Amino acid sequence: MTTPIKPPPKKDPQIPTRPPQLPPMARSRAALAMSAAAAAGQFALQTCRDCGTVCYPPRDGCPKCLSTQLAFAPVAAGGELIAETTVQASTDLYFRERLPWRVGTVALDCGPSVMAHLHADLTTPSRVTMAMKLDKGGNAVLFALPEKATAHMEDDPQYRELNASPKHRRVLVTDGRGAVGQAVVKALLEADAATVFVGIADPWKPFAGESDLAADPRIEVMALDVTDTTSVKELAGEIGGKTDILVNTADHVRPGGILSRTDIVTSRDEFEVNVFGLQRLAQAFGPLMRARGADGVNSAVAFVDVLPIHALCNWQDFGAHSASAAARLSVLQCLRGEMRAGGVRVLSIFTGPVDDDWRQTVEPPKVAPVAIARAVVAALQGGIEDSTVGDIAKDVLEKWLDNPKVLEREQQA
Amino acid sequence: MTLRPAASRQGYDKVVVAVPVSVPYKRYAIEPAHWWVAEALRALVAGAGIEATDLDGLSVSSFTLAPDTAVGLTQHFGLSPRWLDSIPMGGASAVIALRRAARAVQAGDACLIACIGADTNHVDSFRRLLSSFSRFAQDASYPYGYGGPNASFALLTDYYMRRHGAQREDFGKLCVAQRENALTYPHAIFKKPLTLEEYLEARPISDPIRLFDCVMPVAGAEAFLVMTEDVAKDLGLAHARVLSAIERHNAYPDDPVQMRGGWALDIDELWGMAGLSPDRIDLLETYDDYPVIVTMQFEDLGFCKKGEGPDFIRSHTFTNDGSFPNNTNGGQLSAGQAGAAGGYLGMVEAIRQITGQSLSKQVVGARRALVSGFGMVNFDRGLCSGAAVLEGVVP
Repeated sequence: MTTPIKPPPKKDPQIPTRPPQLPPMARSRAALAMSAAAAAGQFALQTCRDCGTVCYPPRDGCPKCLSTQLAFAPVAAGGELIAETTVQASTDLYFRERLPWRVGTVALDCGPSVMAHLHADLTTPSRVTMAMKLDKGGNAVLFALPEKATAHMEDDPQYRELNASPKHRRVLVTDGRGAVGQAVVKALLEADAATVFVGIADPWKPFAGESDLAADPRIEVMALDVTDTTSVKELAGEIGGKTDILVNTADHVRPGGILSRTDIVTSRDEFEVNVFGLQRLAQAFGPLMRARGADGVNSAVAFVDVLPIHALCNWQDFGAHSASAAARLSVLQCLRGEMRAGGVRVLSIFTGPVDDDWRQTVEPPKVAPVAIARAVVAALQGGIEDSTVGDIAKDVLEKWLDNPKVLEREQQA
Repeated sequence: MTLRPAASRQGYDKVVVAVPVSVPYKRYAIEPAHWWVAEALRALVAGAGIEATDLDGLSVSSFTLAPDTAVGLTQHFGLSPRWLDSIPMGGASAVIALRRAARAVQAGDACLIACIGADTNHVDSFRRLLSSFSRFAQDASYPYGYGGPNASFALLTDYYMRRHGAQREDFGKLCVAQRENALTYPHAIFKKPLTLEEYLEARPISDPIRLFDCVMPVAGAEAFLVMTEDVAKDLGLAHARVLSAIERHNAYPDDPVQMRGGWALDIDELWGMAGLSPDRIDLLETYDDYPVIVTMQFEDLGFCKKGEGPDFIRSHTFTNDGSFPNNTNGGQLSAGQAGAAGGYLGMVEAIRQITGQSLSKQVVGARRALVSGFGMVNFDRGLCSGAAVLEGVVP
């Protein structure tokens, strides 16, 4: 079993915060495709379309048949750990600060032998289950885990580097007025978050669930209006230095496309929250989080955004809202690159239509707030960059990957 | 279509090596690789009693010439060779440079070829070399703890120990013996004896590898000349005949961990061509980036069976005055690793030993040597291997 990590002591303000370092970043283009699979939480390796050989490290021609038709595909995740070493000296700054570091050779059931990070509960030789994870630099790495779960296995320090676990961390949920925000708060606390700050715009206005938030000592309700730059900056001034995870649950949604409205007033409201609100949060909290990417047990780890799957492709019934979602996705892509310098992950939770008052006329299936909350926690615990929630989101993603132009037509009336 | 069997390889009749040159190593040098090449060329020319313009062939191995290649060196040093080679094969460089130069001489493409391994070592050279070594290392090895070759060979060592029951003491014995040999070699970077206890207790680098399992990166150069026996006689040079030579790349790619090098594929041809059996060798120069690789060479070159390496180690002294002299000037583990010149260290030492010009303690009656090379950890294993059997002729 792994020794459970203890809650960190209160930070000593006299000790300088360690500037974050990143693991080796350079990758070939073929290897980046592995990162794309890991971003979606898949275990996929390059497989030859002509002869079926699984190739590793990623390459540009098959070592068995010289085919150039190599594509990443899901493969069996089992293997045998056959050799190990504990690295005690390294010239790389990231690993130097984290030594000793344990790695091993795993003979995969699907063919190749790989070098992998090892979970502390593994012994050599033994059967392992492989996972593909994004490291702090956003690149895929292979991680060998015990075949059967062990106690507190998520607390292994090498494993924790590859996820964004909320355990012992302080989280800001930006909009707690709605059902989604409140479900996320609850799920984070169940996942051992130390504190959840809950943003509420116009806190003097009463709302359903208010008393539950007030009753829990681990929850701190904070005034936060993402459409107001001053409000966002003030909150960042207060808690930005101790926000380890930010979950943006704010979303302003109204039905209607472009021609079904006569002006841009509603669209502007949507953009104020969904696009500019996100930018305000990023600009106020991002630099503070990025500077604390290696700050011990409760280092800053993730900036999470819950956004509609229709960011990928416009849905005519909610066409203007989709437009704001598309802009929101683009903001996230930029932010992901910018936050990487601190090793802070930007996680996207793509949801189908949420089951709420504004989507009352939308046919099911619709997404329950609690499902979104589960997805947020799963993305954090797994370090998964892109997650989908609900059948609609999965369906749209699959169609988009298959042919975005066909999807565009399907999404139109 | 079935290919007809490959024609049997021709011998290296009448091809010899001469003028072994070692430019004394320095831990760190401010001079670039070009300076070390220049020193080697100067010593070759002086040793052969020729003019630099008499050299009509050049083979260079270096990791630190950038932005230059072997081409730039011709203009740099005023050479006009009609045969030019660049061998980027690390520890296998010397054997492969020799093999190819020998063929050129045999075919008349050149008559006097300078083979040079040279590298500088600035304070940050090792770190820089690692960071740009290979695409597979970049994609699939460095992101895992960035232990460099130490970690890759630690995995090989761990696997070998589990599989064949080797003990740290066995590898220690090799390192201690090489140090003893190094103490007789004036250019060795290590000048103090090494005890088994010091070896076992040394600073851990990447388990089970500790400090004295690892080579010390240094700056230096090694070189020799390849020519026909007639030319060597005309110049009055002590020389050694090339009895046989092999090279192989990426052998046994499906072994889950490297347990054998390419030697094992070509060993029959190596000994057959030389017309010798392994017991006729007076000394062995193995490529010793790590002692597990030395052990692997004992097995793959035919001195014992696979897995018998530990017993073989326990039954010999490996010293110049004992049984089975190995790495007679201390090898890279004690003399230092001068980048690609590390691949040349054993070759140059062997030429000296079997032509009566030894700088290290002379192995009594040494006439025949086997020199082995191994190089380029592209990802998880060394890809290049080679070996050559030499026989000394003293005029």
